[in-house]
Amino acid sequence: MEPKTLFQKVWDDHVVVQEPDRPAVLYIDLHLIHEVTSPQAFTGLRERGLEVRRPEKTIATMDHSTPTLPKSLWVIDDQAKAQLRQLERNCEEFGIELFPLGDSRNGIVHVIGPERGFTQPGKTIVCGDSHTSTHGAFGALAFGIGTSEVEHVLATQCLLQRKPRTLEVRVDGQAMPGVTAKDIILALCAEIGTGGATGYVIEYTGSAIRGLDMEGRMTVCNMSIEAGARAGMIAPDETTFDYLKERERVPQGADWDGAVERWRQLRTDEGATFDKTVVIDASKLEPMITYGTNPGMGMQISEPMPTTDSFDDPSQQAAFEKAMGYMGLEPGTQLLGKKIDVVFIGSCTNSRIGDLRMAAGVLSGRKVADGVRTLVVPGSHDIKKQAEAEGLDLIFKEAGAEWREPGCSMCIAMNGDNLEPGQYAVSTSNRNFEGRQGKGGRTFLASPLTAAAAAVTGKVTDPRSLLLS
Amino acid sequence: MAKFTTLTSHAVPLPAENVDTDQIIPARFLKVTDKHGLGDSLFCDWRYLKDGSNNPDFVLNEPASQGAQILVAGNNFGSGSSREHAPWALVGWGFRAIISTGFADIFKSNSLKNGLLPVEVSPEVHKALMEAVQLDRSTKITIDLQTQSVTGLDGLEATFPIDEFSKHCLLEGIDQLGYLLSFDDQITRYEQQRT
Ligand code: SF4
Repeated sequence: MEPKTLFQKVWDDHVVVQEPDRPAVLYIDLHLIHEVTSPQAFTGLRERGLEVRRPEKTIATMDHSTPTLPKSLWVIDDQAKAQLRQLERNCEEFGIELFPLGDSRNGIVHVIGPERGFTQPGKTIVCGDSHTSTHGAFGALAFGIGTSEVEHVLATQCLLQRKPRTLEVRVDGQAMPGVTAKDIILALCAEIGTGGATGYVIEYTGSAIRGLDMEGRMTVCNMSIEAGARAGMIAPDETTFDYLKERERVPQGADWDGAVERWRQLRTDEGATFDKTVVIDASKLEPMITYGTNPGMGMQISEPMPTTDSFDDPSQQAAFEKAMGYMGLEPGTQLLGKKIDVVFIGSCTNSRIGDLRMAAGVLSGRKVADGVRTLVVPGSHDIKKQAEAEGLDLIFKEAGAEWREPGCSMCIAMNGDNLEPGQYAVSTSNRNFEGRQGKGGRTFLASPLTAAAAAVTGKVTDPRSLLLS
Repeated sequence: MAKFTTLTSHAVPLPAENVDTDQIIPARFLKVTDKHGLGDSLFCDWRYLKDGSNNPDFVLNEPASQGAQILVAGNNFGSGSSREHAPWALVGWGFRAIISTGFADIFKSNSLKNGLLPVEVSPEVHKALMEAVQLDRSTKITIDLQTQSVTGLDGLEATFPIDEFSKHCLLEGIDQLGYLLSFDDQITRYEQQRT
């Protein structure tokens, strides 16, 4: 049999029809929806008089515009309220399971999918959200779609898809202490740029990827989209199976053994080829940070920022200068030591228990610097409970950080958690676009360790200086 | 969906690279449950001043931009989130085509479903078009989908790629859901085989 890549195996398994000169009709196993990108899709269904074909294959949550203060302090503006209510109504009318605001299983869509065991190896998974790539950490083919496509999936459980190309990102070597999964993926974005993987599905391979736990793998796959990729995938292994075993929605008992048997086949065969390969040596990496206004504008934290001359292309030079203007930074200088105003620890990139433990490790016995606002926002209620059982919430609160309810929060700044114009934030989220965390706000993307270190010193700080002391 | 055959229009030059969907339409405008009416929020943070008045320095507000149906944008246009609100806002303002050297995947796919044509040209052609449009804002560009060609001033002519299926759908005004629904039997068979 012809050797195949992991991607090819999952793709082939889901092609319902492939006509010449037409995109494939691809079957979707799991469809995740949230309040922001689904309302117009349901309106479309109603206008056409269509039903949801397989309601049991769609799961809904509320996360983007939900408040993260305790219930008694909830502020939800009328528009957001209407949107949340609309999702409730849509789910009720079409028979879709919903984890609403206040439900003990609620959380960020890309956090609860894996956590409840909906996300499984070999599945095709889509959501009207670009960070759906997160689920690829389990060996699923998972990608973001637009609202028209949300409607397509609701109506037919299928999507029209052209086959993407494949890119292997091999990360070899052992990362040094203080260098996390987030630093690996920020290094990839810095290396290939935000359009570097456009048109590709990435498969992450190599010893440094194998060595990551599932949370680290999710962090890496999550930001595949920041390099332009359709999806990111990692072949499932014992780490994957250990994580999934006995989760609420995975096969149980004898079915579990059968499933694991099948999942073991989901890896790239010896001799299969990728359209392109990029190699990263993890042992050479330092903690990473972004300085500009897209996730590709990143560097090792101790480096000086580039200068206009660092770029050959005039349009890249212009983009760099525009970014420096927005960020209020001096090209060629150090970012280390730059005073910051806010630290955000959260988002579907870095809000899982391991991320919170990392941040708590730095904050334990220390205080948040004067004048710095630090928000810690767990990705789901399960994570929140777990963190509280471990006493992490106390560490955060004693340090002077805010311990919040789950949600997207300041990653997208739709729920009232946002930066003020001109403020600087070190953020564990995934996007540093102009205004992403609030109009006029300026974002440095980094790992939970680097974010927590900045909270303590009030400045951009190499976390290793605090880990060693 | 409205048919797209040929389009001749003056254009708006926006040379910035990597314009992301948060720039095209910031997240605070995503709390809507309708897809109409987003044109006023297009490029909001660049387009309006603090007091809500028009920023005279932003190209979209220039008198010469009014009525334009073509945007000549910088490389890697539409990166970032999957929000279809981005093409909804562009179409809402009046754009029917965007010319760039590259588009983000999801943005491209979303645009094609809304009758907004992403026209990908070589860096040389892009440079020539951008310069012509910046020099004379009344410069007309013609886009012919059937022949997959862009024609500008001075005999400048170039072709652009588009997949057969999207082209067919745009030319005929076919929406893709109708096509998908026609495979109902095959989908049922696929589902039966798997269970
Ligand atoms: S946490 Fe941020 S990136 Fe993730 S789903 Fe929410 S808004 Fe999107």
